[in-house]
Amino acid sequence: MSESLYEIVIGLEVHVQLATQTKLFCRCSTQYGAPPNTQTCPVCLAMPGSLPVMNRTAFQLGLKTACALNLQIPNFTKWDRKNYYYPDLPKGYQISQYDLPMSQDGFLLITDPKGQFEPRKVGIIRAHLEEDAGKSMHDEAAGKADSRIDLNRTGTPLLEIVSEPDMRSPLEAKAYLTELKLILEYLGVSDCNMQEGSLRVDANVNLHLQTPEGKVATPIVEIKNMNSFRAVERAIAFEAERQYEVWLETKQKIGDVAKQTRGWDDQAQVTRAQRYKEESSDYRYFPEPDLAPVTTTDEEIAAVKAELGELPRQIRDRLEAQYKIPAYDADVIVNQGQTTVNYYETLAKNSGDGKLASNWVQQEVLRVLKERSLEIDAFPISTERLAELVKAVAGKEIDGTRAKDVFAEMLDSGKSAPEVMKEMGIEKVDDSELENLCRELLEANPKVLADLKEGTHKAVGALIGQAKKKNPNIDPGTFRQMCIDMSAKM
Amino acid sequence: MSLSQDDVKKVSLLSRLLLTEEELTTMTEQMSDIVGYVEQLNELDTTDVEPMAHAVEQFNVFAADERAPSLSRDEALANAPKRDDECFRVPAVLGE
Ligand SMILES: [Zn+2]
Repeated sequence: MSESLYEIVIGLEVHVQLATQTKLFCRCSTQYGAPPNTQTCPVCLAMPGSLPVMNRTAFQLGLKTACALNLQIPNFTKWDRKNYYYPDLPKGYQISQYDLPMSQDGFLLITDPKGQFEPRKVGIIRAHLEEDAGKSMHDEAAGKADSRIDLNRTGTPLLEIVSEPDMRSPLEAKAYLTELKLILEYLGVSDCNMQEGSLRVDANVNLHLQTPEGKVATPIVEIKNMNSFRAVERAIAFEAERQYEVWLETKQKIGDVAKQTRGWDDQAQVTRAQRYKEESSDYRYFPEPDLAPVTTTDEEIAAVKAELGELPRQIRDRLEAQYKIPAYDADVIVNQGQTTVNYYETLAKNSGDGKLASNWVQQEVLRVLKERSLEIDAFPISTERLAELVKAVAGKEIDGTRAKDVFAEMLDSGKSAPEVMKEMGIEKVDDSELENLCRELLEANPKVLADLKEGTHKAVGALIGQAKKKNPNIDPGTFRQMCIDMSAKM
Repeated sequence: MSLSQDDVKKVSLLSRLLLTEEELTTMTEQMSDIVGYVEQLNELDTTDVEPMAHAVEQFNVFAADERAPSLSRDEALANAPKRDDECFRVPAVLGE
């Protein structure tokens, strides 16, 4: 109802853990799930006299991501100390990047093949490389009021990717995150596992309203604690409604109150105000004296770009053009990841019918994978074998419905398509046989023949059932067309 | 430039230090002295001098992404004022 009353303005901050073996400034392992405090050393414990040294792979993965997000990469970058006190931050500062980040001023294109929003170029302000903090856990045991600190995660390399406030709906925010995650996965720079904290999202949300006094903006709220893209979508939708209610009540505009941080409560499906940390925004950044700045030449940047490989958007466009499939199909396939794209392409090539191959992947293969919780690499039917079946459908040797039975049998028995078809007595009906059947049924059903002659083509439906009873191998489509053609000459 | 008591109060708050009025006065004087000392650098004419981001002219110091042994948990927790079998223990942290 209130959709037309305001415009939602959304900016997203994404922290993504880079896929390195070791931490950003020391050689401790970044392996997830190790027992607490078994992956630390003097550097990540902030022992006096220890010296951080930049992980080359982390910087390279950062460069790769920056190139894929169309970000400008300056020839010089440095790190800074962001000072604040928190028990999971042993140094009392986080090594991050302030005024000279490793990349800035890029964009990500989001589209929706279902047309629920117009294509949008979402600006990316910057992507910078920083270290993660540790983990604090509140001890639930009775009588113990302590928090427990595990520093295994301290110093893990993160790329912080900050978007412009360019998104205008929860759906667009979700599309941005989905596309970003897909790019990161195609690049192999992160496993993007949200459950393990490899990908974290904060959203900055406010409203633009039209009032008789002109356009006004509500105070910006930062939403944290969202554990899935679905949660992000819902939290933003909730927050927009909430801010509108608050606006009606208080008429508070941006600047009237300090920026608020709210946490998403997934159980209750609401955002809740988080405790305001006094003065916490004064981080007193200054250059990190322990780390040498990094320079990157134009040649190095060009080399990274040259090795990026095909990105999701390029693959979608290529699949559409190469296999003559609709944008929607290409989107579904590409969004499943590189392995599914490979599976589809092999199937399309071997079967010789791109659209049919796309239908089979979307409707049957993905369905079975979902039902059996399998990854595509573990799909029981190889592309070569599935191609034989798709080819048979394309060549009208078998109709789609029966092909699905064959598919089911192939799945369970591990037999090939020709084997199963032979067992099920499925073979292509030759044209003269089909003609005879057609003539026979038209002559036996003068009412249908008369209707057909008048151009009522749907009348033929009554004959298809009879025909299938006489010969289950007929292709309904071919039979239907033949009846229509023949009736005209009778 | 001299620092005001309010400046020092703010810095002490950010550093999670609670100073008495007496300490605040002493600190204000001492910190003003330190800032004043460093301020002498402003007397240099740096018009055509390229700003430096680092005290040492050194760039691109990298390490290979290869694991090295970490400390044992007991070593890691050795200096903790308070610990249990697995973790550092600190006064309760509320919220995230
Ligand atoms: Zn370490």
